[in-house]
Amino acid sequence: METVKLYGAWPSPYSCRVIWALKLKGIPFEYIEEDLYNKSPQLLQYNPVYNKIPVLVHGGRPICESMVILEYLDEKWPQQPLLPTDPYERAEARFWVKFAEDKGLSIRMIYRTEGEKQEKARRDALEMLTILEEHGLNGKKKFFGGDNINIVDIAFGWIAHWMGVIEEITGVKLVEGNKFPLLKAWMHNFKEVSLINENLPNREKMVAFFRTRRSLILSAAWHPDFGFISRR
Amino acid sequence: MSEKEVVLLDFWPSPFGMRLRIALAEKGIDYEYKEEDLWNKSPLLLKSNPVHKKIPVLIHKGKPVCESLIALQYVEEVWPHKSPLLPSDPYARARARFWADYIDKKLYDLGRRTWATKGEEQEAAKKEFLDSLKLLEAELGDKPYFGGDKFGFVDAVLIPYYSWFYTYETCGNFSIEADCPKLIFWAKRCLEKESVKKSLPPQEKVYGFVLELKKRLGLL
Repeated sequence: METVKLYGAWPSPYSCRVIWALKLKGIPFEYIEEDLYNKSPQLLQYNPVYNKIPVLVHGGRPICESMVILEYLDEKWPQQPLLPTDPYERAEARFWVKFAEDKGLSIRMIYRTEGEKQEKARRDALEMLTILEEHGLNGKKKFFGGDNINIVDIAFGWIAHWMGVIEEITGVKLVEGNKFPLLKAWMHNFKEVSLINENLPNREKMVAFFRTRRSLILSAAWHPDFGFISRR
Repeated sequence: MSEKEVVLLDFWPSPFGMRLRIALAEKGIDYEYKEEDLWNKSPLLLKSNPVHKKIPVLIHKGKPVCESLIALQYVEEVWPHKSPLLPSDPYARARARFWADYIDKKLYDLGRRTWATKGEEQEAAKKEFLDSLKLLEAELGDKPYFGGDKFGFVDAVLIPYYSWFYTYETCGNFSIEADCPKLIFWAKRCLEKESVKKSLPPQEKVYGFVLELKKRLGLL
């Protein structure tokens, strides 16, 4: 069998998605930890378009973008399927995956900004969570995938573990009190899955890491995508 | 309600709608085209896409599929034997999905900024837009299509933007062909296909629409 390598970073939810999928399917892989402040030449060579992790390299050939990687894994290793078989259900699953990708940005923006911009991001995030609660989770069983997790649960995994870290660092609370009961239940169930539970980055380490990174971002000396830049 | 099994809720200048028109034409699927007025959305659209309220929406046997790339893949999976747009090899499919995602991440927003903004913001958008097109041109390489010898998924996803090139160039005062001649060559090859020809509006018509839109938005 051709070797599978994953270039990832321990604090990244995108990196974790791929780890969860690989472990769910029982695919042996070699993990290479990337220093996000000092990216390796191999990473830059394998992902020239974005220079980002995660990158999966299978038999020497790179695949970039976490959700593209997951669909690839599902096609090459059909056991423990991530997507349903019915085309309409697959379209529905992909819809929520895209929603997780597009709307998840608002929560990242809470973390990356302050003041008015952060307030707008907070409103966008609440709107997103409301849609998820009312349209995405309404009528669902334990998980988006039914009794077991599927690609949609994995795509929203960052809400279960990373959103709380952002709330703590920024002081901006999103899921509090009696709000979003379905989402709270899903988050709890998701983290109880042993595969997930055993493959989550340490919370204290994450708080320290993201707190430092946020100061860097806000100091405008550094951009998470482009590295060190000078303000115009 | 429509008698046809397939209904497409669309808006004629939308590049996202165009790619679905192309796919349905490529596969010879009979469908009903419904033009939406985006300033007065129909109850059917609001019911079919309650989350985003956007076109295009593909409705198959009464069930809606939203998001153009998702609907494209749906069409591929329901009608796999007719003119497949995605390759069969998983690695090649992953590359196609990657580039389709890149196109949608970059071109719509950058393109919009070339006609909707001015000054420094517009100049920055023009540069980034051309850089993205050059990257796509490099990916195309010497192949006749992004799909190789045959028109494929990435071709269908990208070609609709060609109908907007005249608008970008005129509003932004720049030439795409000067920087990306190979891409223009590729676009003209695509336009020789019947499915593409009948799915793209004339470039001047799109420009007229954008001028009206700019007036409406107070951008003129």
